[in-house]
Amino acid sequence: MLQILDDEGRVRKDLEPALTPDELKRIYGLMVMTRAADGKALKLQRQGRLGTYASSLGHEACQVGTAFSLRKEDWIFPYFRDLGLYITAGYPLALYFHYWMGNEAGLRTPEGLNLFPFAIPVASQILHAVGAGMAANYRKIPLAVVTTFGDGATSEGDFHEGLNYAGVFKTPTVFVCYNNQWAISTPRRRQTAAETIAQKAFAYGFSGVAVDGNDVLAVLSAVREAADRARQGQGPTLIEAVTYRMGHHTTSDDATKYREADEVKEWEAKDPLRRFQIYLKGKGLWDDAFEKELQERTAEDVEKAVADAESRPAATPEEVFAHTYATMTPQLAEQLAGLGGSFREGWR
Amino acid sequence: MKINMVQALNQALAQELERDPRVVVLGEDVGLDGGVFRVTDGLFQKFGGERVMDTPLAESGIIGVSIGMAAFGLRPVPEIQFLGFIYPAFNQIISHVARLRNRTRGRFTAPMVIRTPYGAGVRALEHHSESTEALFCQIPGLTVVVPSTPFDAKGLLIAAIRGEDPVIFLEPSRLYRAEKQEVPEDPYEVPLRRARLVREGKDLTIIAWGAMVPVVEKAADTAAQNGVSAEILDLRTLSPMDQEAILASVKKTGRALVVHEAPKTCGLGAEIAALIGEKALLQLEAPVLRVTGPDITIPLPKTEDYYYLNADRVAGGIREVMEF
Repeated sequence: MLQILDDEGRVRKDLEPALTPDELKRIYGLMVMTRAADGKALKLQRQGRLGTYASSLGHEACQVGTAFSLRKEDWIFPYFRDLGLYITAGYPLALYFHYWMGNEAGLRTPEGLNLFPFAIPVASQILHAVGAGMAANYRKIPLAVVTTFGDGATSEGDFHEGLNYAGVFKTPTVFVCYNNQWAISTPRRRQTAAETIAQKAFAYGFSGVAVDGNDVLAVLSAVREAADRARQGQGPTLIEAVTYRMGHHTTSDDATKYREADEVKEWEAKDPLRRFQIYLKGKGLWDDAFEKELQERTAEDVEKAVADAESRPAATPEEVFAHTYATMTPQLAEQLAGLGGSFREGWR
Repeated sequence: MKINMVQALNQALAQELERDPRVVVLGEDVGLDGGVFRVTDGLFQKFGGERVMDTPLAESGIIGVSIGMAAFGLRPVPEIQFLGFIYPAFNQIISHVARLRNRTRGRFTAPMVIRTPYGAGVRALEHHSESTEALFCQIPGLTVVVPSTPFDAKGLLIAAIRGEDPVIFLEPSRLYRAEKQEVPEDPYEVPLRRARLVREGKDLTIIAWGAMVPVVEKAADTAAQNGVSAEILDLRTLSPMDQEAILASVKKTGRALVVHEAPKTCGLGAEIAALIGEKALLQLEAPVLRVTGPDITIPLPKTEDYYYLNADRVAGGIREVMEF
């Protein structure tokens, strides 16, 4: 398993990626933002201001590292637990909150951003990424297409079909599996008898690599290398980022029912932010004043995003009906009008 | 030139591939082999493997990658070898193809035409005679199209490929080579969401689609000999259906018979009968009758005729409606 920063923030000099001090600070800032925004979402959910939510706690290095490695022209097909990836890709946090507050408009990716709406049906997005790669090959556009998913997704048929198509069509796909050890209550060992997820790539005719998913430098290096290979027409790569779901599956779940507190504690020591902080400190890029200023600025930005998200009006009935077909059918027009008669005004 | 439905569909695909570089064809055996029914015959040789792609044997894969292609700006025309094999792709069709537009408020869409042969009456193996069109009609966002003539097959397929919405394009395998018809060489569109008036009449309206249309025509001939003038509507687009055409006709004739080869319960006939009940009850002279396949798994060839409708059974339905 590739590790560049160990749990204590010690770096493997020979593997250290070339990043400027500014980039390193940005990476840290994005991870801090991910954790802060995630914590805020959980609070909002408890206050009834945000719906059922899937926390990204513990996945910051996987998510930020993956998205940070990409270029503007690359495409991303994420899954539902990907806050850090969204933030890093440049998706407005307010829009992301707006979605989780129960509004489809929050998944309307801003123009110019090649970020597909995340998929909820597990593993289904893997095929979309492969198809986009097939289209990029056909149009002879050199780019990388990244898709993310959890360890549970690797049991789905679409995982097999997607990786199989990718191998056959030699697509520029980077498959990033956040192996966070748990699919709701089902542990990783119940998903597959294979020793690693990375080794599954071998059967599809391309290479797979396991990396420490709590080490942002390892994730970033692996994804960057795979994306470069993809752009050069060298085909797909499977990356298994080994991490841990620190939170419950969603706000509707209680993980204490099925896993040991000791296991969670063990992973707390491997925290992705802590080790990166130590690394930055060693480079003279981090001190208490920097942290204080960053935390304050981040908290402010998160509050602004919440206020922005909450100020966005819910969609009108017209908007709710408008996007089922390219042009509205007479049936829908009639049902929309009926909504006005019965739903809004009741029995008369 | 007179051509059959397979040739008409082939012509439509060739002309759209020629016209629009975004159009690609993909599926099992659609390349070198030209498809098991030969609908894509010669396209691989003419347009190359980059545009006419043989895929691995995986239906969810075929539809799933088509979504990514569509998102990336292509216009995929995936083929599923038989309707009975589309079920592994249901998750992709229902969860993504149908609703990507709505999920993203129009930012991403999945325009594609999913072609697949369907229907019974061809003495096939199990799973090769299905007529589960109603499953797709329940899904908002999908357009379900069924041609019944070579002319419509070409025009509807071209319209579907040029449209912005995803289309389930069901090709009645029994009609693939059943008749030849004069079909214009040049490309043309037959509009979606519009029924075709097959025959004008004044005593009752018969609503059908696909392979049932010629069966209904034959039954209507018998009825005519008995002094009954039947109006026939070929629905062509099953969903969203042409309610206006159905209601206009039924209000004129006062009687309606729906004929479909799919099983009766929750079939499209129920929807049509309900529509007529809601909107034209007082113009009716008789209850809306359904002549359909029974609610059984379609039998293998030796007993397929217990299931499959013929003109006699439809004529019986006409008589029942008229004698009410």
